[in-house]
Amino acid sequence: MKDQVEPHVTADGRRIGGVLMDLRGITLRFGGVEAIKNISFDIREGEIRAIIGPNGAGKSSMLNVISGFYHPQDGEVWFRGAKRPAMKPFQVARLGIARTFQNIALFDGMSVLDNIMTGRLTHMKTGLLSQMVWAGPAAREEAENRAVVERIIDFLEIQAIRKTPVGRLPYGLKKRVELARALAAEPKLLLLDEPMAGMNVEEKEDMSRFILDVNDEFGTTIALIEHDMGVVMDLSDRVVVMDYGRKIGDGTPAEIRANQEVIDAYLGVAHD
Amino acid sequence: MSSAAPGAAPVSVPHLLAHNVARHGSKAAYREKEFGIWQSWTWAQAAEQIDALALGLLEMGAAPGDHIAISGRNRPALYWAMVAAQKLGCVPVPLYQEAAVEEIAYALEHSGARFAIAGDQEQVDKLTEARASLPGLERIIYLDGRGLRRYDHATLTSYADVQAMGRASGRRAEMQARTDARTYDDTCVMLYTSGTTGRPKGVVLSNRNVIETSKNSAIFDSLRAGDEVLAYLPMAWVGDFIFSVGQAMWTGFCVNCPESPDTMLTDLREIGPTYFFAPPRVFEGQLTTVMIRMEDAGRVKKWLFDHYMAVARRVGPALLDGRPVGLLDRLRYRIGDLLVYGPLKNTLGLSRVRVGYTAGEAIGPEIFDFYRSLGINLKQLYGQTEATVFITQQPDGQVRSDTVGVPSPGVELRIAENGEVFYRSAGTFVEYYKNPDSTASTKDADGWVATGDAGFIEEGSGHLRIIDRAKDVGRMADGAMFAPKYVENKLKFYPDILEAVVFGAGRASCVAFINIDLTAVGNWAERNNIAYSSYQELSQHPRVLDLVAGHVNAVNASVATDPMLAGCQIHRFLVLHKELDADDGEMTRSRKVRRAVVGDKFADLIAALYGGADQVYTETEVTYEDGRKGAIKATLAIRDAVVVTPARMAAE
Repeated sequence: MKDQVEPHVTADGRRIGGVLMDLRGITLRFGGVEAIKNISFDIREGEIRAIIGPNGAGKSSMLNVISGFYHPQDGEVWFRGAKRPAMKPFQVARLGIARTFQNIALFDGMSVLDNIMTGRLTHMKTGLLSQMVWAGPAAREEAENRAVVERIIDFLEIQAIRKTPVGRLPYGLKKRVELARALAAEPKLLLLDEPMAGMNVEEKEDMSRFILDVNDEFGTTIALIEHDMGVVMDLSDRVVVMDYGRKIGDGTPAEIRANQEVIDAYLGVAHD
Repeated sequence: MSSAAPGAAPVSVPHLLAHNVARHGSKAAYREKEFGIWQSWTWAQAAEQIDALALGLLEMGAAPGDHIAISGRNRPALYWAMVAAQKLGCVPVPLYQEAAVEEIAYALEHSGARFAIAGDQEQVDKLTEARASLPGLERIIYLDGRGLRRYDHATLTSYADVQAMGRASGRRAEMQARTDARTYDDTCVMLYTSGTTGRPKGVVLSNRNVIETSKNSAIFDSLRAGDEVLAYLPMAWVGDFIFSVGQAMWTGFCVNCPESPDTMLTDLREIGPTYFFAPPRVFEGQLTTVMIRMEDAGRVKKWLFDHYMAVARRVGPALLDGRPVGLLDRLRYRIGDLLVYGPLKNTLGLSRVRVGYTAGEAIGPEIFDFYRSLGINLKQLYGQTEATVFITQQPDGQVRSDTVGVPSPGVELRIAENGEVFYRSAGTFVEYYKNPDSTASTKDADGWVATGDAGFIEEGSGHLRIIDRAKDVGRMADGAMFAPKYVENKLKFYPDILEAVVFGAGRASCVAFINIDLTAVGNWAERNNIAYSSYQELSQHPRVLDLVAGHVNAVNASVATDPMLAGCQIHRFLVLHKELDADDGEMTRSRKVRRAVVGDKFADLIAALYGGADQVYTETEVTYEDGRKGAIKATLAIRDAVVVTPARMAAE
């Protein structure tokens, strides 16, 4: 069931390009448990793609396959027109895929600025030695990276906490810092694992706006997992629905809303 | 300071700009922190930016006399927009960036603005919503395009595009001709007053008003090129216009804009302004933060702080005023400066302050003395939009917390029989725009303007003392003078009390509503092991009520010492379950209590206060930030206060 969408411009003026990532027949097993059963879908350049499903549906596993953390037993991952071999996560990161985590994974003792700077790691080219002696190229590189990071700090409106240790921040701001770090890598594909989990309504609204702005302003392709159906339907261009490791729906939010199988699985309502 | 005018005397802000380019061309005129770095523009660069924008606006059809609305946080580009408008003979109308859509719509309609310049998406959204019913607003120019990519650009243009259009324009001579045609009596700016009653009024200030006032006040405090200010107060407020445009242009000092509203205190520390203005609440906030942190400090530090602050309180103000101080005390103060005052001032960002002002509200004597004892030359001034700020101000060496100083240079003062203060000066406003009735009732044929405040000139010192708003000063049932603000200010000097509203006109006794300050009382509760889950719960905690009762009793004792106002002592009070809020209409945008609105809205509470019950149940409608409405219900305790009988005072 592969939809043939041509590159196009959406009603609100964003450009959706060709296929950025194509997942073909992915099957992932842990021992005897099949977490993902022969799932195929694609992510197009410039779109916001959501993966939803009830608890234990295999969403996070799917994200871990995309990020290269898990290697599927069957199936192929195609990225930017080439088949991706089994890779270590840092190699995937160098390809231009960045992510945030469901349970925030920041360095609590470090400042917001330093945390975001770690996101620039894949763009650092000078060697350990020249960085230790702070030779010319290393200092220049740091300044360039800092400039990129400052643009992101401005974009996400976290100037006031630039020098604050992350451990002292409230939850909602930590989530924003994590997004900033992922953005610092200037990814082609940004993976967000439950970006709104545990947030109040106001924080969710803020985060939604930032996700839309990132997509709009930087043209970043975004794949996200989210529980809040309202948020997903508002944000996404297309949605994949998983249930017990199977794909039970794939399409625009409107199509998903009308899909009876999805309604049953998600809401647990039996139909006549 | 010489006006150093090559050729004619400057008659408009653009003329002053040209002088600054000639005198200080390569010195910093504006700075703004962006992307973590202070970016700066010299006077020459600023003039180029202003010209580009003005030419762009000319290309877009801005005509002389047009009003141009400007809305956003303090940014150099928005200050430039004001001068660009003036170059074309247009009138800049800065708007409060926090204003609600209806308030913006009113200002746009009233001023008939054809162009609006907005800081960011939030302002564009509000202007767009406001213009739905206003076909007169032709175009919105935005500075920060973030989030606007998908908007309909039929009536939207970016600031940079307007400037690009201007740089490509060949109509420089036409622009220059319009600038040259400016006269001293042309309108310089129009500012909407927030107004505690009724619709906002558009105060028209001429070039004469602004330039004369800037000149006089700059000489009064010897402001000069090389001074630094931090521009962080609303651009729509007359004070910001005079400090960041009028005086900056007159003297050629540098205007620094913070990175974001949340980073103001950090930016203050980084810039270290030499000339600083803040309303009392900023000083209160800083002092509260210092005190809270000292409570948590180690024993040695705490002792050092307490010991040397006592020294500072004793000798600091005298040193600042140049009065004689003993050698030993001078030495003690010097050591204190090394160990405590210096580092503290540095942390607060006030190390370099040569002239500091506070105004807008009365400031607590403890707060005022704290800053002065550190050696910060904090002074008070009294002013209003209609006076182009300055009516009275305190000269160096004559600074006290209970007066607002002597008449500013060029200002005449007169006290009417009912106690109302009148003034006349070169800064006296031209008129209220399209409102001759209000103009006539405020300013008489001879140019005297009623301030609406009651006060008196102190014998001996010649300083003005303000008691209250003239219309709020009333009589109690027994004919004694009722001055609620006087009592409220005394209450508000306690950090625990955020707001107070006193009632009593035409009654036999006074009663009060109190708003607790969540930061101060919350911290106190934490230290005293008092658990609470909401503002409402904290406000009604018996020990909080005891705390407030203590403050009310102390204020009563203080009020009783003034025979004229002894009748204003508070007999009964309650602590409100919600903070008074501008969104609910209970305060103005500049945080002044709307007494009548509060009185109407909480009529049930006033009735209970006079009724003798010891508690009252109430339901209050509240408006959330996004405009939705809700209701909060509460049972409020009513307490009796200790009243000092004037009879006993008389007997003593």
